[in-house]
Amino acid sequence: MSWHVVARADEIGPGQSKLVTARGREIGIFNVNGDYFALANKCPHEGASLCKGRIIGLAEADEPGQYRLSRQGELLRCPWHGWEFDIRTGQSWCDPENTRVRAYSTRVESGEELEQAAAEAKAEATKDGKTDGKAKGPYVAETFQVSVKDNYILVEV
Amino acid sequence: MVETRERAQQTGQSAGPAERTAGGGSIFGHPAIDCDLHPAVPSTQALMPYFDDYWREQFLSRGVDRLNFAMSSSPPNAPFSARPDWRPKAGVPGSDFEMLKTQALDGFGVTYAIANVIHAAQAMHSEDMAAVFCRAVNDWLAKEWLDRDARLRGSILVPTENAELAVEEIERRAGDRRFVQVLLPAMGEKPLGRRAHWPIYRAAEKYGLPIAVHAGSTYRHAPTSTGWPSYFLEDYVNQSGAFESQLLSLISEGVFAKFPDIRFVFSESGFCWVPAFMWRAGKTWRGVRAEVPWVKTAPANLIREHVRFTLQPIDAPPDSDILEQIVEQLGSDDMLMFSTDYPHWHFEGTDALPRALAGDLARKVLHDNAMATYTRLHD
Amino acid sequence: MTDVLDRVQDNSAQAAPRRAAPKAQRPGIVDCDIHPLAKSAAEFKPFMSAHWWEHMTTYGSGVRQAFASTLAYPRMAPEVSRADAWPPGGGPPGSDLDFMRAQHLDANGIAHGVLIPLRMNAGNQRNLEFGAALCRAINEWQIENWVVPEPRLHGSIQVSADDIDFSVAEIRRCAQDRRYVQILIPPRNSEPLGRKRYWPIFEAAVEAGLPIGMHVGGVSGFPAGAGTGAVSYYYEEHQSLVQAMQAVIVSMILEGAFEAFPSLRLTCIEGGFGWAPSLGWRMDKHWKVFRSEVPHLKRAPSEYLREHVYLTTQPVEEPEKPEDLARLMEWIGYDRLMFSSDYPHWDFDDPAYAFKHRMTDEQKQKLFAGNATRLFRLEAA
Repeated sequence: MSWHVVARADEIGPGQSKLVTARGREIGIFNVNGDYFALANKCPHEGASLCKGRIIGLAEADEPGQYRLSRQGELLRCPWHGWEFDIRTGQSWCDPENTRVRAYSTRVESGEELEQAAAEAKAEATKDGKTDGKAKGPYVAETFQVSVKDNYILVEV
Repeated sequence: MVETRERAQQTGQSAGPAERTAGGGSIFGHPAIDCDLHPAVPSTQALMPYFDDYWREQFLSRGVDRLNFAMSSSPPNAPFSARPDWRPKAGVPGSDFEMLKTQALDGFGVTYAIANVIHAAQAMHSEDMAAVFCRAVNDWLAKEWLDRDARLRGSILVPTENAELAVEEIERRAGDRRFVQVLLPAMGEKPLGRRAHWPIYRAAEKYGLPIAVHAGSTYRHAPTSTGWPSYFLEDYVNQSGAFESQLLSLISEGVFAKFPDIRFVFSESGFCWVPAFMWRAGKTWRGVRAEVPWVKTAPANLIREHVRFTLQPIDAPPDSDILEQIVEQLGSDDMLMFSTDYPHWHFEGTDALPRALAGDLARKVLHDNAMATYTRLHD
Repeated sequence: MTDVLDRVQDNSAQAAPRRAAPKAQRPGIVDCDIHPLAKSAAEFKPFMSAHWWEHMTTYGSGVRQAFASTLAYPRMAPEVSRADAWPPGGGPPGSDLDFMRAQHLDANGIAHGVLIPLRMNAGNQRNLEFGAALCRAINEWQIENWVVPEPRLHGSIQVSADDIDFSVAEIRRCAQDRRYVQILIPPRNSEPLGRKRYWPIFEAAVEAGLPIGMHVGGVSGFPAGAGTGAVSYYYEEHQSLVQAMQAVIVSMILEGAFEAFPSLRLTCIEGGFGWAPSLGWRMDKHWKVFRSEVPHLKRAPSEYLREHVYLTTQPVEEPEKPEDLARLMEWIGYDRLMFSSDYPHWDFDDPAYAFKHRMTDEQKQKLFAGNATRLFRLEAA
């Protein structure tokens, strides 16, 4: 497992998501009320692209005929068969024990921290051929420079 | 006061007082309870003593006392309606007390038998007439049948389309503990889960009475959503579609959420269609859950907890392996309850219990599941 | 586990659909249920007379329900479709051939797709003449707009069963054109489909050598609840499609339609298949006692079911144990099951992921291609 920089934090606002790739896997990054979560972009049911699904709240009822919606923005509805998943954990709502989508750990780091880590890693590598495992993803390497002013989302894959 | 299931479940495994005095066993070597048999009203004249003055006068002057209220779903002379050796030489099948006693009660050696009287009272368009007929049938059942054999128990016939009058009839019978369930037809005017029916369920739950949903139609609608079939055979086969529809109505309308202690007994419904139904209903539920958010667990779980099925007719091929597999797919040993469906023709001789149901499962099907479902059998 | 088509990940994949790279050299899949959609009714104009075009844009559709232009039970997704099937170039799901090619035909290895046009309820119009005009237009639209530019696709001859004369004429008109592979009849009509009034249509079908396909749905005016009344929820209405399919099969069998037309074949599309074995057993069980009512039946009902009825696989059944899916398919017989995707609808089945049990190569070949190729004579075309 290693950490990959996959997006700039300000690219994904609350209630938004972005499809990224890390180590050849498609992963959806979701912003739920300011926190970032990462789920495999593949529904455990029939493989649908979960990122194309609607971000929803939780519909509940204590009694028939009484409806309420809570936890807005915390669930994801598969774009195909409509299965509901808790974005935070990847668990399906209908069968939380046995049916879940793969969830990945995330963290946010500033550009400054990343630059510092990169410098340390370079020094380490020069020293004995190893790194500390904080590889930067192809996204960063290919598209833009890390800026010390911005924050970045990392996913452990 | 809500009668709970706990007491029933505790004592479900042991023989009650009646069984000990009756000698302990059926022809199957274990106590048996017949959860569906059909005493029949011989004629409307037999009901006349049970109407009040107004109705008696109405029925006499209008000739209603000469009318036959057999249900179109089971015409009395059709082969299905009575096995040849169970058909009386004259009169309506099931109307002869001695025959039923000898053939169904003694013949199988049952401890109890639950009488479901099939009568077109439930199809009558006038709600008041329906209600008085139901009351008369229940009075007749108590006097002419339940009083004459201690093994017999009854289902309360109620006017399906008027919940208030139905509840009145339940209240009226509740004190007679020989009435052990409420009887509704499988095909009425509104799907059984609809809120209009809920007062019936509230009353039934209050008195610890299961609801029997019995095969038969009031023909308020064409029997299928594709129109009117030609044949009685077709109507009979298509009833499984109606039972599926009712099952999903009860689930999706939230009857099990609203009445957590209620039990339904699907009677003469068959059950081999149930696993495929469970799977499809569960599959769809995962995608439509938000439409019915009071359905909080997979339909299969709700069915296993709240719904029971009487044994006959068994819609499975004679190949015993298939029946065993179906029973396993049901996913619960608690769901099937022995019945003969006397005098309807579903099996030969006393061959009412298939080989596939053996050992512990047979004991549950023959006796324990019924004892757990019908709290009043413990009296 | 089934073979899974490897998917090549495309890093810029957010807008473009995935490309499939088949791992094994599997013969192409025959998809028995694809729903093309017009971007707007104007697409039918070239295929309608001025009179009927005027009628359509003024009076419009008239079927046996309350809602003028929507379904009685709202679905769970817009246009009943997968959320990811909206073409980037505009129009509703299923309306853009290029997008259908990329997202489904190419991506999923579909060698042949059978078109099932659904909108407009052409087969259930109360105004039979309008219904006939609509059916004709839809039949021609399928060929011109879909099959001509995309030969992997095949048309279905839409007819309206309650208009016997038109249906027979339309079958005869279209049957010579081998770009049509079946006749399409709604499962719900004025009477159960096996009733004798519909038999001239079966005669025409058999004469043309074409199977009859029934896709779930149809607006008959009878409530969805299988004789129990009007259901409340879409959840129930969705399940009621299965009961309607069963009722039609029972009617076709017990009325003796298959006895009268031994070469007639019926395809049940999108009804699932889990119900079929128990329905066969149930018919057989009760036929034994009711036999004298239906003396025209020379065989047990389940035998007619076994011989004459094909079932498409979507929506695939999902038993609690995968071995029960295998069991279901064995009970039905792999020679009567045909893969369908229902693209672009929400309950779409992806051929790579839909079947969660182990199948032999022979079983897969039949299910994914062989049965449909034979039934629809795709190789002869």
